[in-house]
Amino acid sequence: MVLTLVEHDEEGLDDVSLQALALARDVADQAGEPLEAIAFGAGAEDVAGEAGDHGVETLHAVDSLEEYAPEAYGRAVVQCAEEVGTEAVIAPGTDRGAEKLAHAASKLDVTMAAEVTDVEVGDSYELTRQRWGGTLIEHSRLTAETNLLTVAANEVSASATGGDAAAVEAFAPDLADGDLRVQLTSVEESDVEGVPLGEARVVVSGGRGTDGDFSELEALVERVPNAALGSSRAAVNEGWRPHDDQIGQTGAKIAPEIYIPAGISGAVQHMVGCKGAENILAINTDPEAAIIQKADWAVIADLHEVAPAIAEELEARGHSE
Amino acid sequence: MEILTAIKRVPETGAKVSLTDDNLDIDTTSLGFTFSPHEECAVEEGVQLVEEHGGNVTVLTLGEEEATEQLRSAIAMGADDGILLDGGDAEWGPAGTAEAIAEAVEESDTEFDLLLFGNESADAANHQVGVRVAEELGLPCVTGIKDLDVDGGTATAKREIPGGSEVYEVDLPAVITVKEGLNEPRYPSMRAKMQARKASVAQSEPDPREDDLELVELEVPETDDSPAEILGESPEAAEDVVDVLEELEVV
Ligand SMILES: Cc1cc2nc3c(=O)[nH]c(=O)nc-3n(C[C@H](O)[C@H](O)[C@H](O)COP(=O)(O)OP(=O)(O)OC[C@H]3O[C@@H](n4cnc5c(N)ncnc54)[C@H](O)[C@@H]3O)c2cc1C
Repeated sequence: MVLTLVEHDEEGLDDVSLQALALARDVADQAGEPLEAIAFGAGAEDVAGEAGDHGVETLHAVDSLEEYAPEAYGRAVVQCAEEVGTEAVIAPGTDRGAEKLAHAASKLDVTMAAEVTDVEVGDSYELTRQRWGGTLIEHSRLTAETNLLTVAANEVSASATGGDAAAVEAFAPDLADGDLRVQLTSVEESDVEGVPLGEARVVVSGGRGTDGDFSELEALVERVPNAALGSSRAAVNEGWRPHDDQIGQTGAKIAPEIYIPAGISGAVQHMVGCKGAENILAINTDPEAAIIQKADWAVIADLHEVAPAIAEELEARGHSE
Repeated sequence: MEILTAIKRVPETGAKVSLTDDNLDIDTTSLGFTFSPHEECAVEEGVQLVEEHGGNVTVLTLGEEEATEQLRSAIAMGADDGILLDGGDAEWGPAGTAEAIAEAVEESDTEFDLLLFGNESADAANHQVGVRVAEELGLPCVTGIKDLDVDGGTATAKREIPGGSEVYEVDLPAVITVKEGLNEPRYPSMRAKMQARKASVAQSEPDPREDDLELVELEVPETDDSPAEILGESPEAAEDVVDVLEELEVV
């Protein structure tokens, strides 16, 4: 049996959980085992239909824990895994997925493999996983008694099977006092205005080449509907932009229809943040910059001249926000 | 406050990396070394907390003897002293690393109020050492933190989620793993770097343990490096840029 930890909100299972289910189903198929899932919190049983549609036969619903509590959830995963006798536990590569599984791994005294993109099941699990934020690929072998792994976010495609709703089984973990020491206290809404980076169709981004002047790029973003402003780490380090704007390995991962990096050289750590972009149009003074090799289109010129010219041209053609 | 921050020596890879002949490691013949951005923020946070509340920051690393260089960089940022767990050239997986760190914390004469880790190391990205250390020591743990506040015996830690942040309140002592963006790490002055050379670094040699994640091979992913279509070399290219935007129907 292969057990998948899934996460959900009122709208159902989240995308990264569906991706984790796709990889978990592949593992289960290779091992000739059924796929089961564990979900927490109020409404856990409501995702049975969607889980079934993604290959889950049985859904273990834990509704006794009201607030998110990583260690308690980790304990519940261990107990559920032991009760059902699973050969693998697979979680989505989110902050919550990774921490729950890390707690479980520590309690089971096995290693968790993080950011996995592919598994070949044999005597052991032959894994492909990401290192250095995806700039290096690791092939490794996991030989634990129970194989615990997280699936790298947005690297595996989710796919529905059209299966029947999963059978729901309530699971009540037996918790120790200390398990509830860390619990979600509250959620704060961000006061950042405009389109969130992760949801923008167009992302215009500035790097060290802006020399700290983002005004033209800001004006361009305002002219384009559904656009957001991003930046490279160099610009954040200089204190020109807040870290929330940073795209890359240690920043946001984005997937817009078009990404417009201006004055950004295209370092690998930057590119892993925008590899989900469908198109890239680079603005750079240096025709040899790495970004030119990675872009679909490029303008070799000073961004402080090109960005206003684009904004003017948009206005001339009647495109205004 | 007594604060411990854990860091890891990793190759500095601003550019594309190449591998050693056996494909088991990054070729570091022409690379410098550093510690991860997340961990720089952990050190900075420790130093700021001590500036605010008083106390000491101890920085710890498990690695080869050369990792003393990274300890001294952290000391130059304001940490008070260092601990080197000399792991030699053995392979240290996340379980063994966490065990060795937890043991060092238990054996230390200092009672730490706060243990700060990077959320994941830049190189191996195993996402679990902080959590495992917390489990070994029976401490509460919050991960992926981008905002931290300590008031008396309580830490308030925030983690980013789409559209906002999750807030966690935990009693100290606790383990907290942090992400870049928590603060802006300072650049040490020349004077601080010189002084750091003299700071005390304690050493011990932990026993490695077998890990059940075994490296088979590394690979540099293929990238599509076909050159871009050059739309122009002057602001006049703006017309072609807008053509592209119109074609993609984003304006
Ligand atoms: C572990 C690790 C994690 C990292 N994580 C990230 C990350 O998340 N995100 C990230 O971005 N980086 C990250 N980096 C840093 C990365 O390696 C690069 O240093 C960084 O992306 C460089 O930023 P940049 O392109 O803005 O600056 P530079 O590399 O300095 O490039 C500036 C570019 O601007 C061009 N330019 C100059 N003037 C103009 C002008 N007037 N008009 C047009 N073009 C001009 C130049 O030709 C050059 O190409 C990370 C590094 C490490 C080691």
